[in-house]
Amino acid sequence: MKVAVIKYNAGNIRSVGFALDRLGIKAEITDDFDYIRKADKVIFPGVGEASTTMKHIRANGLDTLIKSLKQPVLGICLGQQLLCSHSEEGDTDCIGIFDVPVLKFPPLLKVPHMGWNCLHDTHGDLFAAIPANSYVYFVHSYYVPLCENTAASCEYITRFSAALQKDNFFATQFHPEKSGHIGHLILKSFIEL
Amino acid sequence: MIAKRIIPCLDIKDGQTVKGINFVNIKEVGDPVELGAKYAREGADELVYLDITATHEKRKLFTDLVKRIALHLNIPFTVGGGINEISDADRLLSAGADKISVNSSAVRNPQLIEDIASGYGSQFVVTAIDARLEEDGKWWVYVNGGRIRTEKELFSWAWEAQERGTGEILFTSMNHDGTKSGFACEALATLSENLSIPIIASGGAGQLQHFSEVFSRGKADAALAASIFHFNEIPIPVLKDYLRNQNIVVR
Repeated sequence: MKVAVIKYNAGNIRSVGFALDRLGIKAEITDDFDYIRKADKVIFPGVGEASTTMKHIRANGLDTLIKSLKQPVLGICLGQQLLCSHSEEGDTDCIGIFDVPVLKFPPLLKVPHMGWNCLHDTHGDLFAAIPANSYVYFVHSYYVPLCENTAASCEYITRFSAALQKDNFFATQFHPEKSGHIGHLILKSFIEL
Repeated sequence: MIAKRIIPCLDIKDGQTVKGINFVNIKEVGDPVELGAKYAREGADELVYLDITATHEKRKLFTDLVKRIALHLNIPFTVGGGINEISDADRLLSAGADKISVNSSAVRNPQLIEDIASGYGSQFVVTAIDARLEEDGKWWVYVNGGRIRTEKELFSWAWEAQERGTGEILFTSMNHDGTKSGFACEALATLSENLSIPIIASGGAGQLQHFSEVFSRGKADAALAASIFHFNEIPIPVLKDYLRNQNIVVR
């Protein structure tokens, strides 16, 4: 099994690699297009700011590469947001796999939404083994509203998309690599797709 | 609903976990990676690893320990102690830390918070504040592990840290730390009401009810403790069950 974790100017990519280690998978953290194209699974992680990151991604042609992928692709956190159409963060046009915009949380509660929160309405391939109302770990100030691709939702200020799924593209707003045993099971489901 | 977080704190000295009582009298309590993994299994929501000698003795944190922690732990963890410049933050991020905490170095150079937040995001920077309520009725900020009093006051410094981009405040009451008599709920509630970022309460945990108080009366987002977990006086599953029965949302 070849798993590529896309390397770009984002923070804490290493922890995704470690989580895969714990699943017995030696992932390659790489920006090599050829490796990524041939990988069985591709993970697009991300912690950072949308406009700076998209600039970097476009400059390197990673946006075109990601759109062309046919194997299962998993975007995590900023990775989920960048797979959407547009982000209010820095008024940024994103990669556009999911036809939904990324919005800023209104400051009705503390922002960022940081900590453990429940998953609701889970469905789709990543959540078959996940009990209802399982807790996962979130850190984000922008959110994806509910849409036809929503695969799990979460409630904070508003009901939003905790996960998305469309064709071979999967995404989570939370960090499965930091979400304890539940996160482990979600990553395992992705790897076993 | 977002859950209130329970955060065991592991003070690290020479690669071992220790817990100081009132910042002195250090006792060893075990291997940091093993202990952290045990807490994660038991339901800890996050961990904090503090190199308690780093500031005083000008030592850097052992990056290798952070790498080992990152490899084994499947919950978020914060690393603090001896982070004096942006390159320290960068080194710890690369080693796999989810957040770093700054304390004395940020008091001396508040720009450090901005530098780290703009480089890596606010969620990466926790500002730890040690403060003592003194006879003048003010909470004064201390640095160097509680050894040196500064001219900064808790509430204005916490506000400044927020404005400079810190993602969370970790407030330790030196009056309460090590006493096991409960958290500084009034000061915590003031912090939580004045700021728009999460507040982590530290110092004074001794009994189950102290945790329900710190979340209800103290309005804290997270509670941190060390010795009661290290010496198994309050096992985390017991604490979580208790809080659930008190209608406090926990994982």
